Amino acid sequence: MPTIVVEVMPKAELLDPQGKAVAGALGRLGQTQPALANVTGVRVGKRFEISLEGEADAATLAAVRELADTVLSNSVIEDVVGIHVQDVPSSAVA
Amino acid sequence: MRIGVVTFPGSLDDRDAARAVRLAGADAVALWHGDHDLHDVDAIVLPGGFSYGDYLRAGAIASLSPIMTEVIDAANKGMPVLGICNGFQMLTEAHLLDGGLIRNGQGRFICRDQGLRIENNTSDWTSDFAANAEIVIPLKNGEGSFMASDETLKALEGEGRVVVRYIGGNPNGSLNDIAGVTNARGNVVGLMPHPEHAVEAGFGPDTDDAMASGVDGLTFFTSVIAQALVAR
Repeated sequence: MPTIVVEVMPKAELLDPQGKAVAGALGRLGQTQPALANVTGVRVGKRFEISLEGEADAATLAAVRELADTVLSNSVIEDVVGIHVQDVPSSAVA
Repeated sequence: MRIGVVTFPGSLDDRDAARAVRLAGADAVALWHGDHDLHDVDAIVLPGGFSYGDYLRAGAIASLSPIMTEVIDAANKGMPVLGICNGFQMLTEAHLLDGGLIRNGQGRFICRDQGLRIENNTSDWTSDFAANAEIVIPLKNGEGSFMASDETLKALEGEGRVVVRYIGGNPNGSLNDIAGVTNARGNVVGLMPHPEHAVEAGFGPDTDDAMASGVDGLTFFTSVIAQALVAR
């Protein structure tokens, strides 16, 4: 049973306050964990996993692409950065 | 005049908006997100809150509600529609207004009395204000930072479609200090601050005269009532 994965990120030119807050926390961790000291930024986006019965055929993919552009993202503030098909949902992967 | 206030799952300020409508002198009509019926109202308020928990994006799921089909249709035919806070977010998600709202720049929820300048007193919801009137009404949101492409911003500014602008400092990183905008026709207005929380002495922002006596928000509602009388 295929899953279509859609990934959405805040537009690169816009401030991402959520990512900035996470980056701030990583900066504090970096004081005790040297491996994190090189982190220069974090951006937080969204990943949608759309489960389907049957085949992820061209028509379905086109419909999901349309959905990604019109509902799953808002083009004023976000970009769809990836759409791909995977055979097993992430939750089933150990 | 009948002014509808739509309740969505997660609306918080629908009853406040209805009270503001009544205090301004119109009949408040409760509308339900799941209906396809506007109950013959003459204008519509989309109230503040956190519809659908702000899941997906603030206002995004509400903008796909059954009643929004009728709201969008009525707005496109010229019916006055006011979106307050979450309602503003819905109007941008429904493409009735340009731009979009993202998290406040400093990452914090903001709740305070906010100074604003009325930049456009020709819209259906601001026509009773004096030109460049300065007012104070509450602002309370986590995602109120107004964003738009350079091209859109130029159009909004050039066509006088910025309705209200923050004064006394930009609270959330909104481009050009924009607090609210309108469409080309001037019947659809959205703003992040809350006019319905400044309509009754004793419950509004503090003023120089007395504590909690600010009623600057009432003029949004009296404006649309006056517009309706002119239209008749």
